[in-house]
Amino acid sequence: MKIKKPSDLTAKVAELRAGLSGKTRLQVSLGTCGIAAGGSPIAAALRKHIAEQGLEKKFEVVDVGCLGLCYCEPMVEVKSAKGKSIIYGHVSEEQIPAIVAAGASKTAEGLEALKTSLYYPEEQAKPKKKVVQTRIALRNSGRINPEKLEDYLLQDGYQALAKVLSDMKPAQVCDELVESGLRGRGGGGFPTGKKWQFAAAQPKGQKYIICNADEGDPGAFMDRAVLEGDPHAVLEAMAIGGYAIGSDTGLIYIRAEYPLAIARLKKAIEQATAAGLLGKNIFGSGFDFNIELKYGAGAFVCGEETALIHSIEGKRGEPTFKPPFPAVRGLWGKPTIVNNVETLANIPAIFRQGAAWFKSIGTPGSPGSKVFALAGKISNVGLVEVPMGIKLRDIIFELGGGIANGREFKAVQTGGPSGGCLTAKNLDTAIDYESLKALGSMMGSGGMIIMDEDTCMVNIARFFLEFTVDESCGKCTPCRIGNKRLFEILDKICAGQGTPEMLDQLEELGNVIKDTSLCGLGQTSPNPVLSTLKNFPEEYKAHIFEHRCPAAVCTSLLNYTINENCIGCGICARNCPVNCISGLPKTRHHIDQSKCIKCGACMRSCKFAAIDRK
Amino acid sequence: MVNLKINNNPVSVPEGSTILEAAAQLGLKIPTLCHINWDCFHVEHRSGSCRICVVEVAGRPNLAPSCCTPVAEGMDVHTNTMRAIRARRTVLELLLSNHPKDCLVCTKNQNCTLQTLASEFNIHDIRYEGEQTELAVDDNGAAIRRDMNKCIMCRRCETACNVVQTVGVLSGVNRGFTASVAPQNFLPLDQTACVFCGQCVLACPVGALTEIGYKDEVWQVLNDPSKTVIVQTAPAVRVAIGEEFGMKPGEISTGKLVAALRRLGFAKIFDTDWSADLTILEEATELFGRIKSGENLPILTSCCPGWVNFLEHQFPDLMHMPSTAKSPQQMFGAIAKSYYAQKLGIDPSDLIVVSIMPCLAKKYEAGRPEFAPEGVRDVDYVLSTRELASMIKEAGVMFNRLPDESYDDPLGESTGAGVIFGASGGVLEAALRTAADWILNEQKDGSIAYFEDVAESPIDFVAVRGLDGIKEATVKIGDLELKAAVASGLGNARKLLEKIQSGESQYHAIEIMACPGGCINGGGQPYSNCGCNDGSDILEARKEAIYRADKGLPIRKSHLNPSIVKIYKDFLGEPNSELAHKLLHTHYCPKK
Amino acid sequence: MTCCCEKTESALEKLSRLEPEKTASLNAFLDQLPIGKDVESNRAHLIVALHQAQGIFGYLPSEVQQIIAERLKLTRSEIYGVISFYSYFTDQPIGRFKINVCCGTACFVKGANLVVEQFSRELKIKEGETSADGRFFLGVLRCVGACSLAPVVMVNERVYGNVTPAMVSKIIADCKD
Repeated sequence: MKIKKPSDLTAKVAELRAGLSGKTRLQVSLGTCGIAAGGSPIAAALRKHIAEQGLEKKFEVVDVGCLGLCYCEPMVEVKSAKGKSIIYGHVSEEQIPAIVAAGASKTAEGLEALKTSLYYPEEQAKPKKKVVQTRIALRNSGRINPEKLEDYLLQDGYQALAKVLSDMKPAQVCDELVESGLRGRGGGGFPTGKKWQFAAAQPKGQKYIICNADEGDPGAFMDRAVLEGDPHAVLEAMAIGGYAIGSDTGLIYIRAEYPLAIARLKKAIEQATAAGLLGKNIFGSGFDFNIELKYGAGAFVCGEETALIHSIEGKRGEPTFKPPFPAVRGLWGKPTIVNNVETLANIPAIFRQGAAWFKSIGTPGSPGSKVFALAGKISNVGLVEVPMGIKLRDIIFELGGGIANGREFKAVQTGGPSGGCLTAKNLDTAIDYESLKALGSMMGSGGMIIMDEDTCMVNIARFFLEFTVDESCGKCTPCRIGNKRLFEILDKICAGQGTPEMLDQLEELGNVIKDTSLCGLGQTSPNPVLSTLKNFPEEYKAHIFEHRCPAAVCTSLLNYTINENCIGCGICARNCPVNCISGLPKTRHHIDQSKCIKCGACMRSCKFAAIDRK
Repeated sequence: MVNLKINNNPVSVPEGSTILEAAAQLGLKIPTLCHINWDCFHVEHRSGSCRICVVEVAGRPNLAPSCCTPVAEGMDVHTNTMRAIRARRTVLELLLSNHPKDCLVCTKNQNCTLQTLASEFNIHDIRYEGEQTELAVDDNGAAIRRDMNKCIMCRRCETACNVVQTVGVLSGVNRGFTASVAPQNFLPLDQTACVFCGQCVLACPVGALTEIGYKDEVWQVLNDPSKTVIVQTAPAVRVAIGEEFGMKPGEISTGKLVAALRRLGFAKIFDTDWSADLTILEEATELFGRIKSGENLPILTSCCPGWVNFLEHQFPDLMHMPSTAKSPQQMFGAIAKSYYAQKLGIDPSDLIVVSIMPCLAKKYEAGRPEFAPEGVRDVDYVLSTRELASMIKEAGVMFNRLPDESYDDPLGESTGAGVIFGASGGVLEAALRTAADWILNEQKDGSIAYFEDVAESPIDFVAVRGLDGIKEATVKIGDLELKAAVASGLGNARKLLEKIQSGESQYHAIEIMACPGGCINGGGQPYSNCGCNDGSDILEARKEAIYRADKGLPIRKSHLNPSIVKIYKDFLGEPNSELAHKLLHTHYCPKK
Repeated sequence: MTCCCEKTESALEKLSRLEPEKTASLNAFLDQLPIGKDVESNRAHLIVALHQAQGIFGYLPSEVQQIIAERLKLTRSEIYGVISFYSYFTDQPIGRFKINVCCGTACFVKGANLVVEQFSRELKIKEGETSADGRFFLGVLRCVGACSLAPVVMVNERVYGNVTPAMVSKIIADCKD
């Protein structure tokens, strides 16, 4: 059915509600992480089991996107028609009959229900812990079948677009967004409404709205979750933006590494177009809007908006100096807005529930919620969405479950490769754009890599610089050569060739790179070095002055030795690729340090914990 | 007007000006490296990539590149705070850390912006040493040497190649530290569509792009008693070489040039202007013929080898259009190795022809196989204006103190028509001067009188002069309305040719020069930073000098040159004769 | 008179001779692109054309670049500039089994570099190289977004999670032609 006016949408939703089956939904997370962890065979086995047992009337198996509980994939959520839900993690095929049986009896007996309070659907009981997620961008991800428009419509989908097109003038749309205080979730935190106003103020004519889905920050995957789990939300937001600025063309620039997201977006665009929610004369308002997909090809710098625009134009993704800003002269010289996925995912909710509602969440300077991707040495790897202003401690220790394997928390890298390392003393910082910047880091896209005492901070800084050197476009001098030199200095320090003056060099060079680079990539790339230098000076000094890596990571500074546990089995000698281990059978062996290449093969092969690495 | 303060000095500049321009108005030169002002070619190069020109702007979190930051009302700029100075020095140190330190033996020694900046900034120590770029040097070809290890990524060559010339051979390649500028797959230039115009060489602020030099070879032959070494000098050399010796741009140093060449030991000093006159006779005959028959119009000039290369690569369907006349350089070589060698009674292989050219494509042209009958090249070595200046300096010849001397006979006598070949529009004007006489004669009595003067016919066709990229003129000759167009710079040539392809424009004759402004701005000329930096208009001065030289000559029409008349009488017969065709004409090959 | 008028085989002729089916498939794709006179709008199809071509040929040999250049009316150098900019594109043939170790931050802090080193030792190739027999390519990726399974290794489409150096030989053994 084509939706031609707002009342058609209301009728359609009423029809869908009436047709709800009352079946218990067996929701299987099939985002990239869920599939990688083996979610597809679980879904297939569930379907097979239901069919074999003749339970089709009671159960339906629903493929959903990522719920954010990546650490317990593959997972199944059993959700009754009344909204009660139990989540099962690390599901194996053998457990399926029991899960279905438990679902039928509405208890979790006999199975270890997932012990998490990460996410409580609103319908469910009151939270047990003080920290609750606030899901705006991720409101539908993991709850609806992303490949079904109907599922989105049942969650008030396209209501915001209907409202905007029938009740609001473009200028009012921009004003409302400014009023909401929504800031760009992709990095810089520029007020989204202001951006829209700039483009809206440009003379009438061809304009573009671009969705930046080139999620390049390693360790950030919230955009992927939204695209895979709730693609229509992004389309709806783009259409709202198109109306606000006077654009009839939206483009989604998506990285080629996200095939699943691409497939789901394609499907969503087809469905929305077929339903009349995209295309000509949407909701009978006279507003036309179409969306095209454009593919990235592996360049982190294309997250920068001018670089992204060049990439869509088919050029090298090199940033250019601003001004002119894209809102004035962007894609093919036309006014262009670039918004990131998470930013857009907030927009339908803002227009449904109002700017005042959105502003009531978060902090005055940074309203709303933010999705953080927790990864690294943390127990609950996954996505959490929390109000701005929440403490780092609550994210890491309450929602994230603390450090994995009972190790000590050491640092958290926020903001991806451009961010900085925060330490235990920053744990009580209330997180928003300004506070992170004040600490020498940044919000970035919201990646959080948690590090424990086994992480060497010099080595991690080196890792980030290696990334920047790889991903720099090479256009401006400080980023092209400066970051290379920063990397080389760090490399020397990690290799035990550090000299005292290098500490000053890192700082001076880092500051000049920040001060003189052309785009955001270079302007933030020294952050990991500068922040670790500030927060962990003793680790740098240990490497330089004592030729010691306190976390025992930097191979060149380590020595492998054999301790008294050795029983002389000889397995280490057999595994040594350079034959530097010798000893008589049944006697303690010895490693020739002059030949050792520090590959660690001996340590991995030893069954008696007889190899020390210091 | 926008009002701002720079270093506390108020200044008002037009809206859209950059901080760099506003500072210049206050007499402040902010150092630049990647920046180049190509306003005179209507091309913008605003890469903002080197970050040498950063300044502090109050209220801005980071430093601003002054070359591309527009001024704003009330802006408070400080160019020399410690923060800005330190940043500039560090950026320069970084560039130097990835730059070979072989300045003393670099072709661009003392002509290098990076070197100048290092000296001005007083950099003596580079703190950030590390890996350096190691790319193979491309010196395979005949004309341009690329050593990307010296590249500082200003991207000026890329703009010159793609935007100014639309040749499209250079592109940014790779990324990060390995980023460079190169042809596809790092191919040597001679395996690409490069036309060897050398505009990239002129644009390069460092020693990454230079010419392939033949100084050593020329010294060799000059010192070989078994060889007779003669030299020809192109029209545009005489108005530019003085700059290499501290003379003002636009000074005509023809006499000193001849004297210097004599001091270097060349047996005879001849003039390409002479063969330019010869070219006119051959080309004007073709023009005359095509106008009469009304077929195959317009005729395109063919004396610029960069343009010929461009045509062969980019417009294979227009191969029939250009005049088949060889360029003056090659006509000179062909006559020297036939007529003149015979005259001297020596074997052509013992007669060495050296050309002094404002051009790098001439080096390529001289090496084309069709210009080496029986394996003996018509032109043996081509030196650029810059290389000759360097030879003169090496030999200790004090150029400025030399007396004015004259060219030798018989290949040294020339007319004003030959001289103006050096500036855009000149070849066409020279052809018109001759064609006008022929057409008027023919209109009078139906006969062709190749070597007769028509006193009342026009000489100065000013509409085709000047540095504009495309010039059009309709010239009335008797009852003929001759439509002509001139393009200089290959980007402009492309525009003009596309109009011809589409049938939008119709002309009788078109002159095209590869370099913007013509040979005065050739790839082999003294480095002028494209002639329009800092307001000093070097190109304009060179152009003025060309027309001054023309005015100063007693004969200004090619067909009245006595030694040209003589060579037709004694040797060639008449224009477009069979022998003339064999020696003075060529053909073109599509290179797709 | 010798000159440079020799006729040589064009890129399209050569490729059609060597890889007739793949060339036809590339041509079919290029045929349906709305290519016009305007270089600016043709250029917008470049990246998708390169994706398609690499999908067909496995890499982007010089002849393929030439064909795309001619069709889109872009210069060869510009196309090479684009190919060499984006890490997804390669102009060199790579191994049938593309072993890509994710070296995003999450994988790195969990020891992905040790996994790369182990692959490198066992396959005797460095990162970015293809083995002499043309079977294996070893590369690193920047975050595939499966951070919960860190360290992650992808072999063609197959994903291995929580990889340790000890698992490397098994992963290699899984690669069967």
